[in-house]
Amino acid sequence: MSAAIWEEHLHEGAHWSGVLRRGVKLRLTDLEGGANVAALFYHYEEKLERYNMADTLKAQHTAFLTKGNVCYSDMGRILCSITEDTCGWHDTFCGVSNAAMVDARFGKTRFQEQRNDYYKNGYDSLLNELGKYGLGKRDLVSNVNFFSKVSTDDAGDLRFHVNHSKEGSYVELRFEMNTLVVLSTCQHPLDPSLDYQPRPVRISAFASAPVAADDLCRTKCPENTRGFRNTEMLYA
Amino acid sequence: MPELAYKDESFATTLIESRRDPTDASLNELIPAGEPWMGVVCRGQTFRIVDVEGNQAVDTLFFNAANSEERYSAPDTVRSQGRLYLTTGTQLLSNDGNVMFTITADTCGRHDTLGGACSAESNTVRYALDKRHMHSCRDNFLLALARSGSALTKRDLPSNINFFMNVPVTPAGKLTFADGVSAAGRYVEMRAEMDVIVLISNCPQLNNPCNAYNPTPVRVMLWGPD
Repeated sequence: MSAAIWEEHLHEGAHWSGVLRRGVKLRLTDLEGGANVAALFYHYEEKLERYNMADTLKAQHTAFLTKGNVCYSDMGRILCSITEDTCGWHDTFCGVSNAAMVDARFGKTRFQEQRNDYYKNGYDSLLNELGKYGLGKRDLVSNVNFFSKVSTDDAGDLRFHVNHSKEGSYVELRFEMNTLVVLSTCQHPLDPSLDYQPRPVRISAFASAPVAADDLCRTKCPENTRGFRNTEMLYA
Repeated sequence: MPELAYKDESFATTLIESRRDPTDASLNELIPAGEPWMGVVCRGQTFRIVDVEGNQAVDTLFFNAANSEERYSAPDTVRSQGRLYLTTGTQLLSNDGNVMFTITADTCGRHDTLGGACSAESNTVRYALDKRHMHSCRDNFLLALARSGSALTKRDLPSNINFFMNVPVTPAGKLTFADGVSAAGRYVEMRAEMDVIVLISNCPQLNNPCNAYNPTPVRVMLWGPD
């Protein structure tokens, strides 16, 4: 692959947002293993259109995301496609940690004593970034948790898989729409670790070739073929 | 209030009946197939939804009546109980982590909160491009909100509950839409822990088995506060 257009290092517990244009790929790399990246996606020109967990799962008959899957908006369009994935399973339904959870689990911290090492939580982190675009609690919907695996048994009981993501594992998102991306590297809310230990992640942007007729994500299922058709109508 | 418990052998969950008397209900209203419903349930009241003819998905959202930015949260609800499916004992949590409703009786045994609401746009993806004209839950939600005069809009449609809908997830992570586990007359009953705006779409979906390909009426009932 050619050199990255840009790269950023996301510190452990950091929050980040930015616009990824149609035709750009974003690679997320777990630098140490055990990372979690909570992610939300919004159509940049019309932020009422946003990632929709249920539509994403129903269209692809899956409860998790991996290579070949796409992230649908609530308008039947594809915000981004997962074109590479060395991790194999990304959680879609567990949401993010919040202040009460982090205080109860790891102890209360404050900037005054800890400076920038105070403990972050996923909910406040996402709200922080959303606020920069005039968005808030109403816009904070079910998110993706990249690098985290939570499976269920027949009764529906959840199981968090410790050490699921290895050092150096990565997932690549190809943006099919101009997308506001909001990220938090806080720990997964079901991570049983007794220590506050979020992990750092590198994000790298690359130029992407136009999506071919036989593209893996487009041909994964007939639903995705129709999703790409809907998306291409927007840019015709 | 005493409750009758029995085991449904076809389904690995305990079904809990209610002893509430329908003739005591302060609200007893039929929602026709494919239509929305919006109402307020006050703290301490008990709200029941009846699957009148069986296998009818009831897409449902909750908002704190005093502060609608606080609303039902599927991830918080699932995570806090450590289980994907909703039934008796499930606390339906808000995005602020507060309990909005507690399910106190359930003769169906399993309700979904992953499958979301159908929409004209997702119908084009899931079934065929020419399904766009068909009626959908999101259109129900949007019209009910527009008519209500409330400040709620499309922005306020997060992941919802699908009462009576069966969406099993396999251990390998496959999501399936299975035939309903519900039947005529089955119901779910919940106690409000705060004043809640309830927004319902009695699902008009004709393209999958969530309504047994035949959408039918459901009944909403209200008792209390106790």
